[in-house]
Amino acid sequence: MISALKQESVVSGSSCGGCCTRLINFGVQLGGGVILEAINLHVHCGELTVLLGPNGAGKTTLFRAMLGELPYTGALHFVHASSEERFIHPRIGYVPQKLDIDPLAPVTVLDLFAGALARRPIWLGHSAAIRMKASDMLSVVNAHALLDQRLGQLSCGQLQRVLLALALIPVPDLLLLDEPVSGVDPAGIDLFYRMVSELRRTFDLSILLVSHDIPTAARFADRMIFLNRTILCDGSPHEVLAGPCIRQTFGIDLTNAAIQQLGNRFEQPVQHHP
Amino acid sequence: MTLCYHIIAYLPLEWAQFTFMQNALLAVLLIAPLFALIGCLVISNQMAFFSDAIGHAALTGIAIGALAGLADPLWTMLAFATVLAILVSVLRRYSSASTDTIIALMMAFAVALGVVLLSRGGGFARYSRYLIGDLLTITPFEILRLVLLLVLVAGVWLTFFNPLFFACLNRSLAKARGFPVWRLETFFAVIVALAVTITIPLVGLLVINALLIVPAAASRNMARNMAAYVLGAVVISALAGVLGLITSFYWGTATGATIVLWAMLFFILSLAFRRR
Repeated sequence: MISALKQESVVSGSSCGGCCTRLINFGVQLGGGVILEAINLHVHCGELTVLLGPNGAGKTTLFRAMLGELPYTGALHFVHASSEERFIHPRIGYVPQKLDIDPLAPVTVLDLFAGALARRPIWLGHSAAIRMKASDMLSVVNAHALLDQRLGQLSCGQLQRVLLALALIPVPDLLLLDEPVSGVDPAGIDLFYRMVSELRRTFDLSILLVSHDIPTAARFADRMIFLNRTILCDGSPHEVLAGPCIRQTFGIDLTNAAIQQLGNRFEQPVQHHP
Repeated sequence: MTLCYHIIAYLPLEWAQFTFMQNALLAVLLIAPLFALIGCLVISNQMAFFSDAIGHAALTGIAIGALAGLADPLWTMLAFATVLAILVSVLRRYSSASTDTIIALMMAFAVALGVVLLSRGGGFARYSRYLIGDLLTITPFEILRLVLLLVLVAGVWLTFFNPLFFACLNRSLAKARGFPVWRLETFFAVIVALAVTITIPLVGLLVINALLIVPAAASRNMARNMAAYVLGAVVISALAGVLGLITSFYWGTATGATIVLWAMLFFILSLAFRRR
């Protein structure tokens, strides 16, 4: 808790060096109940922030409100480093956990991209330009071979990579990932996190990622936030995992297992900001 | 249009010499692509139950028309179906009850109200033609109406298909990409309501939903992508329509239901050719 307060004062005291997304006194009320309140958060570009919290903490609600699907109080700004248009609404890329279609639906990866990006109705086929565009972005996430596969044929990890590629057209100011690795095997989880880390640097993205897989998330996160109706802990993975939030909420002591892993990470020569 | 009649009359077939069969054939060739196009999105959007409810709710529209003393209750049917479609859409947005329950409640209410109003004084039999439909008495004016409807739907499907399709993949994702999801859904519901309602006097409200769903479902079993899906549904729908019309002529059966049986046959065949 102390670390949370400390972090907060540091963040609000600083102006955004470079660009960042700001939530100011952000709150959501639904059906008379308060789901989220008094959220103050600056997410800097090129920073991977992992959002933790118990079920029902309001993580998905936070995303849906930021996407404009739910009404919110407070403010959501994107602040450019040097551009004239400061304080604009951020362009948000979103990677949902899954799609609402059954596995037998005759929808290919290319259909998905064209549905989002093309003018020509997809039942009349696809233009060469859209095929090229989708293929280019898919190769960024190492998934260009999946272009003509049906969505139902993809594994969870493959679908997440495809949705990630789609979220990068156009390149967003802020990328929201909602439990991207649930249902993905351990090797796939590692691959996915590695890819997200890489993209964050390539595109200088701000990323907010919801995860329940605390140890893996901690290895890749620049910063962790523990949310339960409001922000309870905020800091580096080490600070948050060692802080009171995890132990009090989940009733487990992660310090041994997870922090040891973190130690391993810091021993490896990982270069974050070249 | 006269040209169409001449072409049909040149067919060396017995049934093709009757004007009512020529009219009916034209109508089938209009309804088939219309319903196949709509059906593809109805299935993708998981709205099969909604379109069924709209068909059944037409009873109330007919009753309101009868009470208002109209000879042809089409306008009151259209108005009632549109109101119902918008209402379901609004409730879906603001109520926490499941969509299925909301639609079932609406349908129960609309069907009961319609039956009560139409059966006053024991006169329900007069309206049974709406249950079964009659394609063979279609007038050139009604054919023109179908042409306009097909032009409207084809236009909408050319301009709005991608957003309509994308909105049913994941609402939050569609919202994030800037699609006006709720307005698209409502717009789609109204289009379904209009198409179903205009066609009910021809096909009958008992089987109209099958005409929407079955060809698209059959095509879905075999298609590998969206283009093949929609094209396949149009072809299956047209085949079932023409075969159903001809067989109903020789068997003396209700045309709408006969077409649905053919479509079901194609669906069963499609299971054998299901893509892996």
